[in-house]
Amino acid sequence: MKSAVIVFPGSNCDRDAHDAIERVTGEKPAMVWHQDTALPEGTEFVMVPGGFSYGDYLRCGSMASRSAIMPAIIAHAQSGAPVLGVCNGFQILTEAQLLPGALMRNAGLKFVCEKTPLSVTNGNTRFTSRYEGQSDLIIPVAHHDGNYFADTDTLDRIEGEGQVVFRYGQNPNGSARDIAGVVNAQGNVLGMMPHPERAVDADHGGTDGLALFESLLGSA
Amino acid sequence: MKAKIHVYLKPGVLDPQGAAVAGALKNMGFDEVMAARQGKLIELDLSGDDALAAQARVDEMCQKLLSNPVIESYSIEMV
Repeated sequence: MKSAVIVFPGSNCDRDAHDAIERVTGEKPAMVWHQDTALPEGTEFVMVPGGFSYGDYLRCGSMASRSAIMPAIIAHAQSGAPVLGVCNGFQILTEAQLLPGALMRNAGLKFVCEKTPLSVTNGNTRFTSRYEGQSDLIIPVAHHDGNYFADTDTLDRIEGEGQVVFRYGQNPNGSARDIAGVVNAQGNVLGMMPHPERAVDADHGGTDGLALFESLLGSA
Repeated sequence: MKAKIHVYLKPGVLDPQGAAVAGALKNMGFDEVMAARQGKLIELDLSGDDALAAQARVDEMCQKLLSNPVIESYSIEMV
């Protein structure tokens, strides 16, 4: 599967994303600059990485979600192709209205950077099928604005539709209903605050992120 | 012409920064503070002299970038 990683000014997980994708597929993803207006021909999987695009000015992800590459990503998502946003990427996808809700300042006001227990609450998505019933994961978080918010009706709806894919074991940021990751109604766009691309190598403290990329991309 | 845009969190949206500000004020002895909400003020310098048309454009800017309707409301003051 041909992949692309989007690079914004201030992205800092783009190379981790690149390496995780290469590890799983054996192919290097295209690194696509935010001022490009098209994805490379034949791109199937798009990853919007973590970081601090545009310095988190105005609202996290707000400027990036209006940058030149975004119409191509929105069209790609609307065609049903897989898109993954991690951390700042999740913020960008909510700001682009590809995912419900918003990410607000952590309830404790502190930046949190730790390994966090997660549960897989929907193992039937194209992002989680390879967890094969494994429901307890350890994946790192590193963010200041990961406090997931949506109104009660939206929360009820996405829970009812199985769109909540990951939940925190110990809520690090005040997220509504311990939500750590959500998919869109069509199931092809996933946003999550924890960093699966930082959990693909036992030497780096764990491999619980691998199955996510394998679910999407198949194993090399 | 200037536009002042106030962006604030909707009622019911938890505002941890506002809560921290209120807590600090109380710690300083300002016991009358019952709550604080923290928002943003954005000032725009605008060309043109049709205030009504300008306000409509600023409203569009608020909807497209300056506020997030999931969590925020805004008000516009033309100066």
